[in-house]
Amino acid sequence: MSLPGDPSGAPGGMTAPDDALNSDGLAPTGTGRVLVLACGALAREIADLIRLNGWAHMDLACLPAILHNTPDRIAPALRAAIETHRPRYDRILIGYGDCGSGGGIDALCEDYGLDRLPGPHCYAFYEGVDRFLAHDEEIGAFYLTDFLARQFDAFVIRPLGLDRHPELREAYFGHYDKVVYLAQTEDPHLDAAARAAARRLGLDYERRATGCGDLGSALARA
Amino acid sequence: MADEEEEIILSDLDDAELVEQMMDDLYDGLKDEITEGVNILLERGWAPYRILTEALVAGMTIVGKDFRDGILFVPEVLLAANAMKAGMSILKPLLAETGAPTIGRMVIGTVKGDIHDIGQNLVTMMMEGAGFEVKNIGINNPLENFIEAAGEFDADILGMSALLTTTMPYMKVVIDAMKEQGIRDDYIVLVGGAPLNEEFGRAIGADAYCRDAAVAVETAKEFMARRHNRVSA
Repeated sequence: MSLPGDPSGAPGGMTAPDDALNSDGLAPTGTGRVLVLACGALAREIADLIRLNGWAHMDLACLPAILHNTPDRIAPALRAAIETHRPRYDRILIGYGDCGSGGGIDALCEDYGLDRLPGPHCYAFYEGVDRFLAHDEEIGAFYLTDFLARQFDAFVIRPLGLDRHPELREAYFGHYDKVVYLAQTEDPHLDAAARAAARRLGLDYERRATGCGDLGSALARA
Repeated sequence: MADEEEEIILSDLDDAELVEQMMDDLYDGLKDEITEGVNILLERGWAPYRILTEALVAGMTIVGKDFRDGILFVPEVLLAANAMKAGMSILKPLLAETGAPTIGRMVIGTVKGDIHDIGQNLVTMMMEGAGFEVKNIGINNPLENFIEAAGEFDADILGMSALLTTTMPYMKVVIDAMKEQGIRDDYIVLVGGAPLNEEFGRAIGADAYCRDAAVAVETAKEFMARRHNRVSA
């Protein structure tokens, strides 16, 4: 399903600005029996799905999205969050893929008997895992989502030092050939932002309207 | 004014001060200063190998350590590496002429389906700095590339790199093919990349997982020493 692009944020009407989702994450509201413990990069989409589907049993907490730039820290951060939140909920769904943790998140899920979102990362489940993994020919694609299109500077340009040292572009992106924007919403502003990101990286641009792909069905099972 | 930094004239420094300054400049990723420093030391009669080890490798080792400790991040490491590369481009032809010692020979590449080569390029540079001859076969390599290159280059070590969870299992495909061909034990197989860990390295049958370039150098040296001991025993 494609979301309407409502920026209102998390369950309970809490607003979660992107920069906060990037650096601080999101606290749960404390309502509902099932907690989705997710990446901050998914907060808006998950919150919107909860609201649109009327899943009142479901609460959302997010870790900072920027953890993705140091994936070895995701599983330990998740473990700490699980310990904090699990007394208050019947179930927890881990709102991550493998996300570059090299099986670390899977091992954690096994320890606690939890499920996580399907596939290696959000690009895969947004597009549909089977379809994404069939893209053998797409090894030179740099993927953006709505969140990444909005947070391109904070998530990509600044952490990679490209604002201060644009000469590093070749080292990071020399083997990429295109930016593929996997769009969750119909938003011309985000399309323009993603296109500008591609131009900045010197790459071709493609927009693919995916909606939320497998995310909605995975949440529906929780 | 006391609060204005004085410009440092590299050629005014004595050897010890210059080497120390070069290590600082390397840390700060100052390519032009490293080039100048290398040329000054060469003019002063330093052997290329000594410049490489005492100024460049020693400086880069500090960079690597601070990266591991979370003091430096990838952009700073890349800038330092570019500065070191500038120095090495002067020294490399001279090292070949002066017959600098070679510890071993390595083929390194990123596995099939993966185009990320920052890690393997750093490893290549540090291995060369430590006295290894390295053939870097680049990105997106099917198993045939690894096996052919290792044979043609008469490698002691085969290094494989991957950044993606989806591509790292291909390392096992390469190792299994080496086993099938009866050549697995002809090589020291080292693996590395952000999503890997020691357990994965063991599970796929590699000799070692190397968490960063400095560890790769130390691990390679250890394995080469063991190999020499075995041969001479």
